[in-house]
Amino acid sequence: MNKVRKNKLAIFVFLLPAVLLFAGIIIIPIFCSGYYSLLDWDGITEGIFVGLENYKTLFTSKTSGFSKSVVHMLMLAVGAVFIQLPFALFLALGLAKGMKGERFFVTVFFIPVLLSTVVIGQLWIKIYNPDYGVVNSVLRMLGLDSWCHTWLGEKSTVMWAVFIPIIWQYVGYHMLLMYAGIKSINSELREAAYIDGATYVQTCFYILIPLLKPVLRVCLIFGVTGAFKSFDMIYVLTNGGPAHASEVPSTLMFTNIFMKNKYGAGSAIAIFIIVICFATAILIKKVFKVEGEEKTA
Amino acid sequence: MKKYIGRAGRYLYYLILLIWTVVSIFPLYWMILFSFKDNSEIFGKSALSLPESWDITNYVEALTKGQMGRYFLNSILVTGVTIFLTVAIALMASYAVSRLLWKGRTVLNNIFMLGLTLPIHAALLPVFLILRSMRMLNTFSSLFIPYTAFALAMAIMICNSFMMNIPEELEESACMDGCGTFGIFFRIIVPLMKPAISTIAIFTFLQAWNELMFATVFVSDSAHRTLTVGMQSLVGTYSTNWGPIGAALVIATIPTVIVYLFMSKKVQDSLVAGAIKG
Repeated sequence: MNKVRKNKLAIFVFLLPAVLLFAGIIIIPIFCSGYYSLLDWDGITEGIFVGLENYKTLFTSKTSGFSKSVVHMLMLAVGAVFIQLPFALFLALGLAKGMKGERFFVTVFFIPVLLSTVVIGQLWIKIYNPDYGVVNSVLRMLGLDSWCHTWLGEKSTVMWAVFIPIIWQYVGYHMLLMYAGIKSINSELREAAYIDGATYVQTCFYILIPLLKPVLRVCLIFGVTGAFKSFDMIYVLTNGGPAHASEVPSTLMFTNIFMKNKYGAGSAIAIFIIVICFATAILIKKVFKVEGEEKTA
Repeated sequence: MKKYIGRAGRYLYYLILLIWTVVSIFPLYWMILFSFKDNSEIFGKSALSLPESWDITNYVEALTKGQMGRYFLNSILVTGVTIFLTVAIALMASYAVSRLLWKGRTVLNNIFMLGLTLPIHAALLPVFLILRSMRMLNTFSSLFIPYTAFALAMAIMICNSFMMNIPEELEESACMDGCGTFGIFFRIIVPLMKPAISTIAIFTFLQAWNELMFATVFVSDSAHRTLTVGMQSLVGTYSTNWGPIGAALVIATIPTVIVYLFMSKKVQDSLVAGAIKG
C-alpha cells in the first residue's frame, strides 16, 4: 500500500494543474503587484523605479481621493459589524428556536445572497431613480416632496444610498451561518436551561451566543474583510462618484489602473487592500481566541 | 403578565420576520413585474400593479437586439467549464495532499489554504498583463482559467474535509485486489466524493455566474461577454427603456432561481460548508 501511496508519477500528475494555476494566476501575480507598486508606470513606456513614492502620494495627497476611500471602507466595515451582524444574529436566534415557517424564512432571507450583484445593483438604481423610483414615489405619496433626492447623484446622500443595498444583500448569508451554528449546538443544553427556568432570551445570552463564538468569529472576519474588498455593488451603482463621494479603495484602484493608466498607484492600492485584509483577519483571530484551536490551525 | 409579554414579543418578532421577507424578495418581485410592462405602464401606473398583459416583447427584445441570448450561452459555457475544471483539479490535488505520501504535502496544503483569504484585486492587473502578452484577452479561457484558479482554494478545502471521512481500509483492500494509484483514485475515491463534488459545483457556479471584475477587464468584445458585463452594456443602450432591462435581469437570474428552487437545502449547506471550515 505504501508503495502505491508513494507513486511519484501519480503525485506529479495530480498536483501539476493545481500548482500551475495557483502559481501562475495567484502567487506570482501578487508578487508582480508588489513590484509594480514601486514603479511609476503607465503600462506603455518603461516603468521607472520610485521606491515607496506611490504609497507616500496615496497617504498624503489630498486630491487622490484615497483617504476618503479609506474612510468609506471603514464606514462599511462598521456598518457590517454593528448593523448587519447583530440583525443577522437576531434573526438566526429567533428562527433556530423552532418556530412556524422556520424553513420558509431561512430560504427566503437567503435569496439576495445568491443573486448577481449586477442584477441587485441595477434594481436599486431603479429604486433610487429620482423621477420614477420607488423611494421618491413613496415620499411624494406621503407629501414629503422636500425629502426627495437624486439619491445616487448627490454627495450628501450617495454613501447612504450605496450602504443600504450592501448591508441588505448579505444579512441572509450571516444569518444562515449563525443559524446552522445554533442548530449544531446540542439541544439538551437548551432544554436543561429551560428546565432550570431560564427564558429564551437568557438562554441566548448565557448559552447559545457563547457557544456560537467560532461561527461569530467567521462572520466577523467575512463581514469586515468583505467590506474592505467590496467592489461590485459600488462599481455598478456609482463607480465611486460623484467626485469620490462613494469611493472605496477597490473602485479607486480600478479607476487608477484602467481609466488613468496609473499602473503603479493602482497596484499600491491593491497591495494596501491585501495587507489590510490579512492583517484584520489575523487580528480578529488573535483577539477572539477559540478554545482547542491549536489543533485545527 | 410575563406570559402576555412573551406573546406580544412573539407577535412583534413575527412582524419583523414578515417585514424582512418583503424586503428580501421585493426587488425580485418588482423586477418580474416591470419586465412585462412597457414604459407608459412602468412610469404611468403604480409600481406594484400587475402588468395589464403578460407581454413578452421585452424578452424578445432583450434576447435578440440586446444580445442577452448570446451572453447567456457564453455564461453557461464559462461557468460550466469552470465547474468542471475546478472539480477535477481540486479532487486530484486534494487526494495528493491528503492521501499520498511525499515530503512537503502539509506545506503545499497550507499554501493552498492561504488562497482562501486572498482578494482577487491583488491579481487583477498582473493577470491582465499576462493574458495580454499571451494574446488571450477576449477569449473564454481568459475567464475560466482565472475563475478556476480562484475557486481552487475553497474547493480543495471542501475536498479535504470530505476525504477525511473515507476510510483508508477501502483503498487498502482495493490495493490488495491489484488496483494502482490511479485505479484507486478513479474507482474508489471519485465515486465516494459525490457529495463534495455537488457542494463544489454549487459554490463555483455562484462565483463564476456572478463574477464582474475579471469579466469587465478581460473581455471587451460582445462575442465573449458574459451576463454580468452584458447586462451592464445593455443598460447603457436601453437607459430610458426599462422593460428590456427588466427582462434581461430576469433572464440572468433564472438559472440561479431554478437551482435554488430545486436544491435550496443543498445550496445553503454548500455555502455553510465553504465558510465554517475555512
